[in-house]
Amino acid sequence: MGKAFKYGDNVDTDVIIPARYLVTSDPEELAAHCMEDIDKDFAGTVRPGDIIVAGKNFGCGSSREHAPLAIKGAKVACVIAPTFARIFYRNAFNTGMPILESAEAAARIQAGDEVEADFATGLIRNITRGEQYQAEPFPPFISRLIESGGLAEYVSSQNGGAE
Amino acid sequence: MGMTMTQKILAAHAGMESVKAGQFIEAELDIVLANDITGPPAIKEFARMGTGKVFDTDKVVLVPDHFTPNKDVKSAEQCKILREFASRQSIKHYFEVGQMGIEHALLPEKGLVVAGDAVIGADSHTCTYGALGAFATGIGSTDMAAGMATGRAWFKVPAGIKFSLIGKPGRWVSGKDVILHIIGMIGVDGALYKSMEFMGPGLEWLSMDDRFAMANMAIEAGAKNGIFAVDEKTTEYMRTHAYKGGSSFKRIQAFAPDSGAPYERSFEIDLSKIRPTVAFPHLPDNTRAIDDVGEVRIDQAVIGSCTNGRISDMRVAAEILKGRKVADGVRCIIFPGTQNIMLECVRLGYAEIFIEAGAVLSTPTCGPCLGGHMGILAAGERAISTTNRNFVGRMGHVDSEVYLASPAVAAASAVKGYIADPGSL
Repeated sequence: MGKAFKYGDNVDTDVIIPARYLVTSDPEELAAHCMEDIDKDFAGTVRPGDIIVAGKNFGCGSSREHAPLAIKGAKVACVIAPTFARIFYRNAFNTGMPILESAEAAARIQAGDEVEADFATGLIRNITRGEQYQAEPFPPFISRLIESGGLAEYVSSQNGGAE
Repeated sequence: MGMTMTQKILAAHAGMESVKAGQFIEAELDIVLANDITGPPAIKEFARMGTGKVFDTDKVVLVPDHFTPNKDVKSAEQCKILREFASRQSIKHYFEVGQMGIEHALLPEKGLVVAGDAVIGADSHTCTYGALGAFATGIGSTDMAAGMATGRAWFKVPAGIKFSLIGKPGRWVSGKDVILHIIGMIGVDGALYKSMEFMGPGLEWLSMDDRFAMANMAIEAGAKNGIFAVDEKTTEYMRTHAYKGGSSFKRIQAFAPDSGAPYERSFEIDLSKIRPTVAFPHLPDNTRAIDDVGEVRIDQAVIGSCTNGRISDMRVAAEILKGRKVADGVRCIIFPGTQNIMLECVRLGYAEIFIEAGAVLSTPTCGPCLGGHMGILAAGERAISTTNRNFVGRMGHVDSEVYLASPAVAAASAVKGYIADPGSL
């Protein structure tokens, strides 16, 4: 369970992690600047288990995997939005950063609400408002990727293990 | 029921008779690309995947172009990781500073991508190669690592949006204006998860450089890819940019859409009606025709990038800057896309024109476009730029502003000191 941080439509990867910090791909270093250009207080106030709720097309822009890595490094439990930009969507699964698509949850949850999300079932519970929302189910192929533990593990399991 | 161009290429690369939108497939890849930002994390993931070697040393392309020439110690370390990996893996297409260019200007110029290819690149503007009639899409570092390891990638087959181009564009209207106009029309998520497919008689009036600029910005409408029908211009471009000694030329295959291709939406775009177009901060869909811009003073004009750093972009900038001066108080930064384009600028006299006008001419780099180096904005500053994104803080300080436009508009604005119609000079 965690507190919701709420943002609008089209949150781009440049504000999630500005390019000036792309000289590393270490999640903890990136987390120190996560959301800096849209919310300079985020990195200082976010606590493990908190949730990001945003409008449509979350993660648009650059292909930088540093964006989901920065959010993961900030120990955010889940990002909830009506839609995600497609490269961010792939990168999130590939890096093990949980995301859920739900227009209802994105609209109903307000900043500061206590929210709990079950990534496996897609059930989102808003403790503050006593509501629950069901996220879109993942396509079977994506579910297989998640079950493998991410793309690296999926490829590795097909190649007989890491070098 | 038929297939779109994109669906046909994906079916061919998945070894299937046909595919349809929404289907998950695994496709064989012709080119797998990364740069100095996305390459190092990909190399780290690659090591975890267990193949040891890349799938094909001729099909992996590594270009240190973002923070090069190395802007600081950390960037230098990133580039070193890329360089050492390329050497260890005997990657044929690693382009060192001195040979390199901005990746999406460089790969077509070197003939590494051809019509009918399936390409992934760990850079969102990989969609640029759609101008050649290829399927090309941006992915992240982990997908790139898997591509290097296996030569394959998974895709959800995209639905298509058809853009039928008709009419002849006006004197100062380029591919950049056309794509800004279209993004303004459909929005930054107007093509989310979909293909933007460009065809029709209007293609006749769009040079390859115009098409590269348009395909390049498909991602700014949220698209998975942008792709152009192959015509004589495409064929001529591939002929004159042949990759000597490589396999790409054996791969050339033009895929036309089936007559009953299932396009989800269709638009007719009359090029003759499009005006030079500017995207205001802070999204590429916040567009206005030049006539509706008003007086917007600028501090910096940036001409170059993977969108507009090609020779015809340099030519139009030179036409406008010839015999004129950059306005007082404006910094004009021009950066050709590749070493070859830089050399052409020197040979054709553009370099002299730029320098005499008071512009700076920079080595190829992605630097200024993403606020990396070579032209960062301070708080309250405003730039007109031929790049592709005008997000908050994109070119520097969070309180700076970026206006996107064509090279003609950017050059005219550099001369006037405010955003200007090149036709007004």
